[in-house]
Amino acid sequence: MTIVSPLNEKSEQSISQQNNHEDHRLFGLIAFLVADGMTFAGFFAAYLTYKAVNPLLPDAIYELELPLPTLNTILLLVSSATFHRAGTALGKKKNSQCQIWLLVTAGLGIAFLASQMVEYFTLPFGLTDNLYASTFYALTGFHGLHVTLGTLMILIVWWQARSPGGRISSENKFPLEAAEVYWHFVDGIWVVLFIILYLL
Amino acid sequence: MSFSIQQENTQKEPNLQPTGWFRYFSFSLDHKVIGLQYLVCGFIFYLIGGSLASAIRIELVSPISDFMPREIYNQILTLHGTIMIFLWIVPVVNGAFGNYLIPFYVGARDMAFPRLNAVAFWLIPPAGLMLISSYFINGAAQSGWTAYPPLSITTPAAGQIVWIISVLLLGGSSIFGGINFIATILKLRRPGLKLMQLPMYCWAMLGTSILVVLSTPVLAGTLILLSFDIVAHTGFFNPALGGNVIVYQHLFWFYSHPAVYIMVLPAFGLVSEILPIHSRKPLFGYTTMVYSIMGIVVLGLIVWAHHMFTSGTPPWMRLFFTIATAFIAVPTGIKFFNWVATLWGGRISINSAILFSCGFIVNFVLGGITGVALAQVPFDVHVHDTYFVVAHFHYIVYGGSVFVIFSSIYHWYPKFTGKMLNEKLGKLHFIITFIGFNLCFAPQHWLGLNGMPRRVAEYDPQFALVNQISSIGALLMALSTLPFLFNVIYSAIKGEEAGDNPWQALTPEWLTSSPPPVENWVGEAPLVTKPYGYGEEEHKNDEPTNNELQSL
Ligand code: HEM
Ligand SMILES: [Cu+2]
Repeated sequence: MTIVSPLNEKSEQSISQQNNHEDHRLFGLIAFLVADGMTFAGFFAAYLTYKAVNPLLPDAIYELELPLPTLNTILLLVSSATFHRAGTALGKKKNSQCQIWLLVTAGLGIAFLASQMVEYFTLPFGLTDNLYASTFYALTGFHGLHVTLGTLMILIVWWQARSPGGRISSENKFPLEAAEVYWHFVDGIWVVLFIILYLL
Repeated sequence: MSFSIQQENTQKEPNLQPTGWFRYFSFSLDHKVIGLQYLVCGFIFYLIGGSLASAIRIELVSPISDFMPREIYNQILTLHGTIMIFLWIVPVVNGAFGNYLIPFYVGARDMAFPRLNAVAFWLIPPAGLMLISSYFINGAAQSGWTAYPPLSITTPAAGQIVWIISVLLLGGSSIFGGINFIATILKLRRPGLKLMQLPMYCWAMLGTSILVVLSTPVLAGTLILLSFDIVAHTGFFNPALGGNVIVYQHLFWFYSHPAVYIMVLPAFGLVSEILPIHSRKPLFGYTTMVYSIMGIVVLGLIVWAHHMFTSGTPPWMRLFFTIATAFIAVPTGIKFFNWVATLWGGRISINSAILFSCGFIVNFVLGGITGVALAQVPFDVHVHDTYFVVAHFHYIVYGGSVFVIFSSIYHWYPKFTGKMLNEKLGKLHFIITFIGFNLCFAPQHWLGLNGMPRRVAEYDPQFALVNQISSIGALLMALSTLPFLFNVIYSAIKGEEAGDNPWQALTPEWLTSSPPPVENWVGEAPLVTKPYGYGEEEHKNDEPTNNELQSL
């Protein structure tokens, strides 16, 4: 296989001359998130159906503890705000402030994952115990995977903002914007998941 | 996503793109190369899937299971369905023609995300090879292309897991493709080109891609849960652990009913391009065509449970899904009448492309009528899981999509290669295919109505004669591939030169050389705002070259 780059650059260039490059990349990302959201929608639909048709679903047996997931909700909501601060800082060309806010956001993401681990270890049921346990871990685990990916993305963006001659600057905000849109999406999904799984 | 910075290097680079046939084996980012890679790769899988179909029909020549053991029959049946749907029709009607044509149609030099595009294609060959190799290693999956639990959980796990992984890869490929098409059509349009001026295939692909993006992820999630059930013994679809197999069916058909439109909407689009050119008339009812595509998209998303009438669905559900399903006949009927009106009174050239398109119209009407019949619960309960259903969906997927794929190859081959295909061989191909197809599948309606179940290697001896007729039809279909294969290979070498625009077409891909240059046009892309201006004053006297004209 030959990987030929001159053509790539060339065709991406002529497209970018013709069109607004940033614009269609962000558009593609949003289309991807719609797809990703449909995966969650499928999972939610399955969970709610189980709940509706299977009265023996032993969710009454385990009163889920609320403190940790509530803390998690707060962590994610705050992290959405801090990510937003990072974006505005970059817009005002305050690159070092932007880096700090990015690190804070990544820290909140890691805190979320840690607290989810704590929750997993204190739960009285395991993945294969029964249907309820399976759905619980599938939903929270799939979301946790998204948080992990999002946190990695934030760290990459931070790294890019840090390196001198930066790949990220107030002129080239796309990687940061992309990570931010993704992060808000992951937070939004969590809120829905929190309501469906813990509150309903 | 690429995180690279834009390089402001406007200097013309030397073109290091490999030329000649070898570039079709390389990791190219050119949408035309990727499109043809999809086409050729898909056709190879079609040959494999077709051989498997022949094996199935050979087994069914006699009522007893004598040609192969029953497990093997189930594996071959499963591979056949999976290959035909996920490795032939979906990649070709979407990936191949979409990649080749859409950048031309929107006036762009490539797709919105060329790298993602190449990734989407290169997911396919490994996924396909993996799927087929599972047959030789530990036995392929046996539970049909639908992989219903509990069968898919209880049969040997290895083949089923391989099946799941390859379907996930193929699903990923079509999601990436769908995102790319949506972004290309909506965001890369040449300035000045309005949405309502796009060729119909763009609309069809926009609708299809919306379906892909909304429904494929649900299948992916479902298959991930299924693989947990197999590997980690979770209980999602395992009744023993409180799971529910009906939930699997709902999730599966939420993807797989739209999937039938993912296979057939692009075919609608392709036919809408081919008919006007060869009948020298504008496409009839452009606006209604657009609305009916969007109507099909919306309705297609809400009718999935008509596959589950016999799964204990409550009456209100049966009523809702019957009505919703029957409604799809409205937009589909609109399209049918528009195609007929496009042909009506046109100066039709009887060539292979239009023969296959007309074959499509005929077969599709029959498949659509049996579809409306199946949507009626009492009838469906009678014929569910019989050969009637097999006949119905083959009329749609083979008589519909595959006929259109052939029609499109005859139509666009001059653009792909710069050479014409041989018309005599093409007509021979059409005649054998059309007869073989109808001989194979029409009798299956009778088999189903009389109670022969699907997915069985053995059947009641009273069905033997009709099954043998059907097998002869299948044999003819297999034979029909030969003139076609010979034609495409021979014509690429010895075919007569096509020229840039042998059909005197007005759509943008014909306004450049054949085959087109890298970046599609030398100089500025043409702005085509009237792709169907045939018969208007300025085009009154355009005569297609290389074409036997015949007034009707
Ligand atoms: C547009 C292209 C279409 C394709 C590719 C297609 C394909 C299929 C396939 C593959 C099945 C078999 C499912 C199985 O494995 O059991 C099926 C069944 C069915 N189709 Fe279609 N179909 C199409 C159009 C239609 C239309 C237009 C209608 C009704 C207006 C329809 C109504 C049905 C119904 C009710 C069934 C369920 C039969 C049963 O399982 O008992 N289909 N179709
Ligand atoms: Cu359906």
